[in-house]
Amino acid sequence: MIVKRLSVLDADRCVGCQSCMFACARRLGEGGLAGSCIGVRSAGGIRRGFTVVVCRACADPPCARVCPTDALTPRPGGGVRLHADLCIGCGNCVEACPFRAIFWDSGQDKPQVCVYCGYCAPYCPYDVLALEEIGEVSHAQG
Amino acid sequence: MLKDDPLRRVLIVDLSRRRWWVEERPDLFEEGLGGAGVAIRLLEEECPAGADPLGPENPIILAVGPLVGLFPLASKTVAMFKSPHTGNLGESHAGGRSAVALRMAGYGALVIRGISPSPVYLVVQEDGVYFRDASALWGMRSSETVGTVLRERESGSGQRSIMRIGRAGERGVTYAGVNTETYRHFGRLGLGAVFGSKRLKALVVAGRRTLPVADRRAYRQSYDTIFRAATESPLMQKYHELGTAMNVLPLNEIGALPTRNLQAGRFDGAENISGENLATNYLGRRVACAHCPVACIHLAALRLPHPTEPYFYKTSMLGYDHEPIFAAGSMLGISDVAGMLLLMEEMEIQGMDVMSAGVTLAWATEALERGLISTAETDGLTLAWGDAATYIEAARRIVSQPNEFYQALARGAEYAASRYGGADFALTCGGNEMAGYHTGPACYLGYLTGARHSHLDSAGYSLDQKAAAKGETLTPEGVAEALLKEERWRQVLSSLVVCFFARGVYDAETVAQALAVAGFPRTPDDLHRLGEETLRRKQAFKAREGFDLAALRIPARVLETPTPLGVLDEGFLRRAIEAFGA
Repeated sequence: MIVKRLSVLDADRCVGCQSCMFACARRLGEGGLAGSCIGVRSAGGIRRGFTVVVCRACADPPCARVCPTDALTPRPGGGVRLHADLCIGCGNCVEACPFRAIFWDSGQDKPQVCVYCGYCAPYCPYDVLALEEIGEVSHAQG
Repeated sequence: MLKDDPLRRVLIVDLSRRRWWVEERPDLFEEGLGGAGVAIRLLEEECPAGADPLGPENPIILAVGPLVGLFPLASKTVAMFKSPHTGNLGESHAGGRSAVALRMAGYGALVIRGISPSPVYLVVQEDGVYFRDASALWGMRSSETVGTVLRERESGSGQRSIMRIGRAGERGVTYAGVNTETYRHFGRLGLGAVFGSKRLKALVVAGRRTLPVADRRAYRQSYDTIFRAATESPLMQKYHELGTAMNVLPLNEIGALPTRNLQAGRFDGAENISGENLATNYLGRRVACAHCPVACIHLAALRLPHPTEPYFYKTSMLGYDHEPIFAAGSMLGISDVAGMLLLMEEMEIQGMDVMSAGVTLAWATEALERGLISTAETDGLTLAWGDAATYIEAARRIVSQPNEFYQALARGAEYAASRYGGADFALTCGGNEMAGYHTGPACYLGYLTGARHSHLDSAGYSLDQKAAAKGETLTPEGVAEALLKEERWRQVLSSLVVCFFARGVYDAETVAQALAVAGFPRTPDDLHRLGEETLRRKQAFKAREGFDLAALRIPARVLETPTPLGVLDEGFLRRAIEAFGA
């Protein structure tokens, strides 16, 4: 199985339109931003451009390491999977991610994290985001 | 309206008593949709007849609409208030993140009443309102620094709008604006002065809600249709590439670029201040409003040396658009790009509408040239076409108001001319300074009859240019009818609140489809009726506050300088105004 992740190709091309953020929420059929796992924010005021925060699918994800209930487990090949039924809502994962790429669903009181589906990427008009292959794992592993 | 849609929630803030509460008003949004349609209804409820625009009874109303947070380019907030500039209907629209932030915080509209006993800024979040002391921010030199301070101090980065005033708003300049996200503005008609009169320095709005849709599949489908149309249309491409500054050269070419207080329609420095020159030599970054893929906001990177120290530079990122280029460029005879950008920057820092400020300074320059005033009035400044440095100093004095003359300039060209003469060349329509188009009769009829006296009310400039291109002859009745039709439809867009730049994407059919997904089933006919009704209500408010089409002043200068459609005839304009009112 090919393992993919979302990649920020060039944040300097980002215009801050947030189309990717809205797309991320829309993949679930929702409007608004609560469901979004992407964070685009200005880098200290719009004049300085934007920071684009996405899960970079770490090989050894710190968010999974600090999860006390194994609700977040490493995905073979990089990144994590969320088993929401095991989550107790402690928020350790949010703190552990140096990129702040774990978002919080305050309604459910559980983390929201990228599922590497790539639904957002085609909505970026300026090629800032792309779904990128990062390796291959056998079915036995995956 | 969908059961869970927070649009129905109207947040009321009473600054005098430091109280806030939420009223559920589905009725308002079912009738008026949002934006202008809802704001005018709230203004009718909140603003008593004859209210003092700078008194506690004048409300500030902000409204968004059902498509915000769901569809791209639904990115505007409509502000309504009684204008301290015209003494009548105040309505101003801004983008940035303001609309998405208000909707994501869970409100359809915000009403601000009263006057705070001391300077305050408001933080509006999903859980309500926080009153924060702003006495330390009051009087700060730069509205931009206020933004920087609030960015650091408040949470919600990325989903947040920071609307703030500069000193122009604090000191009651009647055309002071409200800046949002540094580069967007509630620019026209003096919302900034209304903020200032309430001792309201800033409004921070943040949220990250989910919004329901009627049908998830249909939502994704109509989204994709609109998104594709928006990103693939050639017009949107132009807004992205050159931005609105693309208009400078074509207007100059046909003799429609107001120059040196409209003494001419062509400017010898037009090449310099053109969108093409700015994009080639200055463009440093393009940015977008929240949920708009077009990114029409153009920022020039201006690299300036330190006045004395070698190898010491500062690089400023300064926003530009056609209207500020006209008002701080051709209208003042400024062709030096750096000078023009620095003048715009000073007006931004002070927090005043660049259009009204530029046109007012253009009047002052001509009044000085003609001897109606002397350097005694100007406090020693010799205002002269093209002299950006002197205009920058004059802009500061409009705010500091060292004498009666600058106090008059702080109330705009019409008022200043009423005090010092020169009404013939005070380029205001309905009390509001003109925009950067001298295209023919329709643009002036738009400025004169439009409910906001804005070029965007009915886009007469477009009607003129089409007529000129096709060699058509305009009639007074024909122009009146076309402007009215356009202004009515624009009420629909500004109720939704879709950016006017996307008017080609959001036709009646597309709007109806998007609204159905948002839980507001409406037919195209319903929409046209809504537009008509909203405009009727705005005009009724204006009539109540004393507006009279027959009393409109047409500055003589407008009738002197030839347009691409020839020298304008006052009889034609008067007949069209009559037809508009019929």
